[in-house]
Amino acid sequence: MIKITEKAIDVQKVIETASNLGAGAVNAFIGTVRNKAKDKNVVWLEYEAYEAMAVGEIRKIIDEAAHKWDLMGWAVSHRIGTLKPGEVAVVVAVSTAHRKASFEACQYIIDNVKAKTPIWKKEVFDDGEEWVDARPVANANN
Amino acid sequence: MAMRYTLKTFGITRDILGGKEVAFEMEGVKVSELKSELMLRFPEMKTLNSLFIAVNNTYAEDDLVISESDEIALIPPVSGG
Repeated sequence: MIKITEKAIDVQKVIETASNLGAGAVNAFIGTVRNKAKDKNVVWLEYEAYEAMAVGEIRKIIDEAAHKWDLMGWAVSHRIGTLKPGEVAVVVAVSTAHRKASFEACQYIIDNVKAKTPIWKKEVFDDGEEWVDARPVANANN
Repeated sequence: MAMRYTLKTFGITRDILGGKEVAFEMEGVKVSELKSELMLRFPEMKTLNSLFIAVNNTYAEDDLVISESDEIALIPPVSGG
């Protein structure tokens, strides 16, 4: 299951989707919104996705992971829209026969989702806003 | 002959180009030419950490030839998760 959604992510459901009776390990990564960024207070985040492409890119990442590890189940859900600190932005869950592969595969998937998937977030502070990582830090407020 | 492309914008590129879908005319037909032309007309694009072009939902190489009917999207540095 690959899902890009404006609704709150049901973490338990993502984990259940990734589960498999033959698996001895289910590994889930839950990414949440922090209330601080660069020593400023984050009021909320705006996420947007190029949805059609994002789903395809996540599928490629899953395929790569399935080549490296014996995945018995997997699920990725990414939230878009307005998120407040503490809310869940992304959940990746995988199941494998043993725990080592589950940790490795889960990390591989979340690292690549963050690096390659066309999803963007804008931090909204008390005193301004900024697209995350768009520019070098020194020029961030130009 | 000038080609007329439609560009989808995301993140900071939407702020820079000022629209969700922007008509863009130029003589060039390659992804590399589109990038140079964007930097020329919107110098602020040069301040980004990176700029990729996606054609029909896939990251495109610089030498790819684009056509007016392609779905072309500007991909500034991604920051999901």
